[in-house]
Formats: sequence, C-alpha cells, structure tokens
Amino acid sequence: MLRLPEFQLLSPQSLSEALALLQADPEHSSILAGGTDLLPNMKRRQQTPRRLISLRNVAELGQLTVAADEVRIGGSVRLRTIETHEALAAELRGLVQAVSQIATVHIRGTATIGGNLCLDTRCEYYNQSQPWRQAIGFCKKKDGDICWVATSSPRCLAVSSTDAAPALMALGAQVQLCSASGTRELPLADLYQNDGIHYLSKRPDEVLTLIRIPQRAGQRSAYWKLRRRGSFDFPLLGVAVAVQRDDAGIVQHAQVALGAVSSRPLLVPEASALLCGQPLGDEQIRQAAEAAYPLAKPMDHADMSLSYRKAMVKSLVTSALREVRGDDVSQDRQRLMRVLG
Amino acid sequence: MKQPISLIVNGERHDTLCQPNLTLLEVLRENLQLTGTKHGCELGECGACAVLLDGEPVLSCLVLAMECDGQQITTVEGLTRGASLHPLQAAFADHGAAQCGYCTPGVLVTAKALLDRNPCPSRTEVREALSGNLCRCTGYLQILDAVDAAAHVLREEKR
Repeated sequence: MLRLPEFQLLSPQSLSEALALLQADPEHSSILAGGTDLLPNMKRRQQTPRRLISLRNVAELGQLTVAADEVRIGGSVRLRTIETHEALAAELRGLVQAVSQIATVHIRGTATIGGNLCLDTRCEYYNQSQPWRQAIGFCKKKDGDICWVATSSPRCLAVSSTDAAPALMALGAQVQLCSASGTRELPLADLYQNDGIHYLSKRPDEVLTLIRIPQRAGQRSAYWKLRRRGSFDFPLLGVAVAVQRDDAGIVQHAQVALGAVSSRPLLVPEASALLCGQPLGDEQIRQAAEAAYPLAKPMDHADMSLSYRKAMVKSLVTSALREVRGDDVSQDRQRLMRVLG
Repeated sequence: MKQPISLIVNGERHDTLCQPNLTLLEVLRENLQLTGTKHGCELGECGACAVLLDGEPVLSCLVLAMECDGQQITTVEGLTRGASLHPLQAAFADHGAAQCGYCTPGVLVTAKALLDRNPCPSRTEVREALSGNLCRCTGYLQILDAVDAAAHVLREEKR
C-alpha cells in the first residue's frame, strides 16, 4: 500500500498565522490546500515535506467576487465552485471550460484554483512510484542527476500540466503572492519559469492568495484541451484564447495561450499582434494558428506521439478562435472530448 | 503523535486517535472497520474510495482524516435503510450493475450525491457525475441504467 510519509500537520486559523508558520521553516514546509496533487506526490515520495500547513480554516482565501470591472478569486476557492458559478459561466467562459475539464468531479470538489496554478510539473519518468524510479535510476527532478526524456538536457523537461493557467493567462490575470515579509502582485505569466524543477517564481515562503481577472466588455474566451481519455486526464495540449471585438467586429484585444507544451504555460504574443486591428476572419485565424505552432515543443514525456501533439496546436487554436467568433464548433468539441476516450 | 478526532460517519459519532499522515480511507477501514469503502489506486485515479463529505463526493484516499474532524461522512454502509437496500443498491442488483463489485461502493455514494442534488438527471449528467469512477467489468451501461431506475424509484417515493 502507498502510505503517506510522516509529517507535522499545522492548521492555522488566519492567513497571517499561516504565513508566520511558513516563514519559520519554508524549505521543509508545504502548503496543503486541496491536497489532490500534493498527497499523491507525497505517497510516491516525490515530495517529502516535514510540515504541512493546511489552508482549510483560512476563510479569507476562499472568497470569490464578481464585480463589473474585475473578478477576484481567492487561492483556496475550490474548482467545483468556479465550475458551477453562474456569473463566471457567462463572463469568463474560457476559465470555466478549463476548470470543468480538470480531473474528476470528486477531485474538483476538493482541489483549489491556487493548487492548480501551482501544480507540479509532470513526466512519465517522474510520476511513478519510488521503486519504479529507483529501478530505472532516479531522474534529476527528484533524487537523481539525469533527465530521462533527453539525457543530454541540462535542465528538467517535465511538462506544465495546469489547465487553469493558460485560460487565466489569456484573460490577463494577475496573481497576488503573500509572505510574512510582504505582498507582491505579478502577471500570472510571470509566475512561471521554463524549468521542470524550478517552474514557479514563487518563493517557498510565499502563498498564492488571490487571482484578479480584469473584465473587458464584450470579451469572449474559450479553452480547448487534448487528452487521451474524455472522462479525465491531464492535458497533452491546452489552448486558451480571449478576444475582445468592437461593434464593427474589429479585434481590439486578443490573447492566445498554450498549455502542456513546455515546462511553463506560454503566451503567443505573435498571435495577439496578428489578430488585433483586424476582423476575426478565416485568414486571420489561420495566421494566428501558424504563429502558435512553432512555440509548442512537446517532448517525449507524456502520452501520444510528438508530431500529433504538435500538429494539434494549429487545430485547437483554430477551433478556439472560431468558437469565440461564434461559429458552431460543438461537434468538434464533442468529438475531441469523447472519441478519444 | 496520535491525536484525537471525531468523525460523524453515517450519522454515528466515532472518536478515534490518529496520526496526521493517515488518510480518511485508512481511518475508515482500519480504525473504524468500515471496509465497504475500497482501497483502489490510492492516487486519485479510480474513484473506488469515494465517500460523501458533508454530502459532496470526495476521494477518501486524498483527504487527511484530521482535516475531517467533526464533519459528516457517508459511506456505502450508510445507504441501507434499516434492513432494506437503498433504491440505488436495489437497482444495481436488478440491472447487473455490479460484477466484481470493487468499484460499486464508490459509484453508489457518488450516484447518491447526484440524485440528492438533482432528482431527475439526464443521461449526460449521470455520465459526467460518474466519470471519475472507473469500472473494469460492466462497460458502464448497466450502471447508467441502474442510476436511471433508482432515480425513478426515488421520485415516485417523494410523490
């Protein structure tokens, strides 16, 4: 049986208490929010913190407010809450589409949005039991010094597998990081680094407390996910788009973001530049899809062939942009979600 | 170090001592001897260990028991009505929705949470609600039919 290693469980009642506990020993502590990523990793001995600081009783991190100019989501808001929130379904459809495709109903009822944004990077050579990893020789992400995906790689190539991050990056989200020594806010895109081990710019003594998403009048967003099983799976590719058009149909603001194509989620600024100031026509969509394609660098650390996963970038960017344009792409979405299952 | 917790399981209060690193699944099965909830993948991939925590389905292998102190937990043992089967259990038997039976407790409590919230779910809603419960025997169709049948019985009971 897979048992959890021993640890000390701390249950602060407020954010300030949690941050003080974290600052006392950040290197050996982990934040326990939903735990649905952390606890399996601990069972496989990929992470072995001595102290877990639970956010369960920290009420201030569980708030979700929708205002005319901004949506604010606390770091501990559960994915199921976002998925079933009526106002969000209308205002931030791409986020709701992304969140509702994370894991399963059971896990979404426990997992938090902050946890998904900080989700550990994944790799077929890492997400294995300790005996499996020991038998092949530990990789550099935990206990070893080699990358089994590309043995000459100087860095770990584990893949970013958060669905919420590309969706929120396309929507221009900011995140707030708090520590006992202060608070800072940064664009969500800047939370990530292209390194499978050091994939977050968050310091060990910081907690992701708040996500702020600007509301843009008339903006439409979408998220498309490639995965092996339609029922539940980590992404093999995630494509998020957000587009704001004026009354004449000219694009005023556009963002395209890719997930699961490197150790960090990526914005595609070339696609934004191509789309802005133009109508959202077939040719503009084709060009945006072409612009996204070279950024995707899938590696041999997940399911399905590399060439297929890369080729699907163009397909899913096209589908996502057509969806926000108002095309009926429901059959394409259904086919992607079910037939692969 | 062991610490006291109290869990309200199927309406009955259980006081027990547990270490911080025990999951709810381990405490239910090993401390309380409630072995109806099954030990599957232990990593959140199969749904066999599903229980209801304050009415919502969760995976008991991914929840620390100490985090459930004072909360209401429903396991498959809590579905029966005295000596009678819950309509979901009866429908599963009638429709052959359980073969090896290992996934069945998790499916039953997950389906109960769905029907408590939505007494008249569509086939798509049933499929979505149960999409985290893997079954290697039935091919799922009998399970979906059984949930439909049980929903009908429960609606008739309320008339």
